[in-house]
Amino acid sequence: MSGLSLNGITKQFGDFTAVDDVSLDVPHGTFLCLLGPSGCGKTTLLRMIAGLEEPSHGSIVIDDEDITTIPTHKRNLGMVFQSLALFPHLSVGENIAYPLRIRSRSKDEQARRVDDLLKLIHLPGFADRPVAKLSGGQRQRVAIARALALSPRLFLLDEPLSALDAKLREAMQVELRQLQQKLGITTIVVTHDQREAMTMADMVVVMGEGRIRQAAPPVEIYRKPADAFVADFIGMTNLLPVEADGAGRATVLGTVIAGLALSNGVGKAQISIRPEDVRIAAPGNGAIAGTVTFVRDLGGTIETFVEAGGKTIISVATPRERPDVATGTQVGVVLPPECCVVLEK
Amino acid sequence: MRREAPRTVADYAPLAFPALMLIVFFVVPFSIMIAVSFFKRNPAGFYTPDFVFDNYARFLTPFFGGVLGFSLMLAILVAICCVVIAFPFTFLLTKCSRRVQTVWLVCLLSVLSLSEVIIGFSWSTLFSRTAGITNLLVTIGLMSEPQALLPSFGAVLTGMVYQAMPYTILVLYPALVRLDPTLLEAARTLGASPVRAFFNVVTPALRNTLVATLIMVFVFALGSYLLPQILGRPSHWTLSVLITDQAIYQSNMPFAAAMAVFLVLISLALVGLTLLVGRKESAA
Repeated sequence: MSGLSLNGITKQFGDFTAVDDVSLDVPHGTFLCLLGPSGCGKTTLLRMIAGLEEPSHGSIVIDDEDITTIPTHKRNLGMVFQSLALFPHLSVGENIAYPLRIRSRSKDEQARRVDDLLKLIHLPGFADRPVAKLSGGQRQRVAIARALALSPRLFLLDEPLSALDAKLREAMQVELRQLQQKLGITTIVVTHDQREAMTMADMVVVMGEGRIRQAAPPVEIYRKPADAFVADFIGMTNLLPVEADGAGRATVLGTVIAGLALSNGVGKAQISIRPEDVRIAAPGNGAIAGTVTFVRDLGGTIETFVEAGGKTIISVATPRERPDVATGTQVGVVLPPECCVVLEK
Repeated sequence: MRREAPRTVADYAPLAFPALMLIVFFVVPFSIMIAVSFFKRNPAGFYTPDFVFDNYARFLTPFFGGVLGFSLMLAILVAICCVVIAFPFTFLLTKCSRRVQTVWLVCLLSVLSLSEVIIGFSWSTLFSRTAGITNLLVTIGLMSEPQALLPSFGAVLTGMVYQAMPYTILVLYPALVRLDPTLLEAARTLGASPVRAFFNVVTPALRNTLVATLIMVFVFALGSYLLPQILGRPSHWTLSVLITDQAIYQSNMPFAAAMAVFLVLISLALVGLTLLVGRKESAA
């Protein structure tokens, strides 16, 4: 197939398994985000795709060509490092032209390509500036332009925006996504920021302890997490125990949730429900009884913490949707069954 | 970390001890030496205070000019050899595991504990006909019969490079450890082979360190006066050897002092020139 395929990639450092049997198909032109907590193996996986680490087992295939043993400099890919790794002794233009110079392209071609790329990253006329005189966001763009100089078949970014302040980061996320769509290049970004992943990605791969936990489009990851790890990592969630009672009905904290069912033979599981799906109502009427323990009013939204059966359930709502309750109020918590994701693993 | 400019006299107190040491053991002796270089030699005794330029005039002959030229050339060659060997070596060393690095650094430090005399005589044994490394080459069949490799220019150069190598590596090591490894990785993802990336990323990024190291080894090699005598012919003797000879064996202190002052001035001029050229290049 056209695109990138990882087949059973494993990487061991001594006794430690950093990446454990990862298989993945990335169709051509996809924007993929590798998401996970630090130490989950996402950066190691990216470095293996780049050829900076060698997999212990498995193979990497791009456009039907097995590149597992091909050295980095012959893979034709562009990579942006977390540190950006701009060459301090070269100017902006020389940095961007570096891959062309390595391949002995003519001076004319180098100059033309640098001009085009500087326009693409909205920094025209910057070619002669020293790298040290650029702001953080400008350096970021130059690193991206340098990685794209040769129109690589794969564009890899390792936590590219982590050094920028929050506002600039959000703007760069949008810009990076638009750039990728314009060029139609297969792109893999490593990040631990789920907002970043949701903004940019066609496909999000959540990794934990070296394994792929779930690979799906961003909204699906959020709405239908595959397991408790994914549900907990992506956004805020309420993880609650669910049991089948004698009649086979699903009960959460001792209250039957009508319309929710467990698979046959499963006695105990967990449900994940997003805070914005949890409704606060008057006690009774089939709602879970609880006590409000804390209210966080953020202006735009209000978070209500309710303690019920030893668990804290968080509900998020806009001020208009939410009944006016204060700390200590007895309330009922309603979990709409269509919003509950049953995690049986 | 707070960095404030010192304000009161008390703030300068920590400087007092080093300053005192520098004055007593460097400024004073050096001043005396400059003074002596203008004194008149008394062949019957030692010297008599005077103000003559005879000592400097005597120095301006083809013989001493030749020796000065050879000394500078030897020191420059030692500096270049040391950096050319030590730079790639230290770079590879920083890529090794911590354990390997420690072992190497301890071994290098132990070389520093050897005196110039021991280094000189060890190499003279290694280069001799009877017990030298050529015997080893004969044993493995690369040579037909053992031969003496000294006295020769090669032997002098080898000995001096050996002596200066640990200093070179220890000066380069911190800079190479601090070098961002992703610079090299970035060059590789952009299509540069590892060797090429080393030359057009690591080397320019550390240009200032390399120049500083060259100057340090150059100055260090300029002061060597034992190794050229042990491992070389008289034609390989450096100005330092002649200075020792004049000062100790000929008892001509004023002439020795004049040569020493001249050597210092020439070295300072060369170092200054190197830095000037370096600054011009980085400004361009």
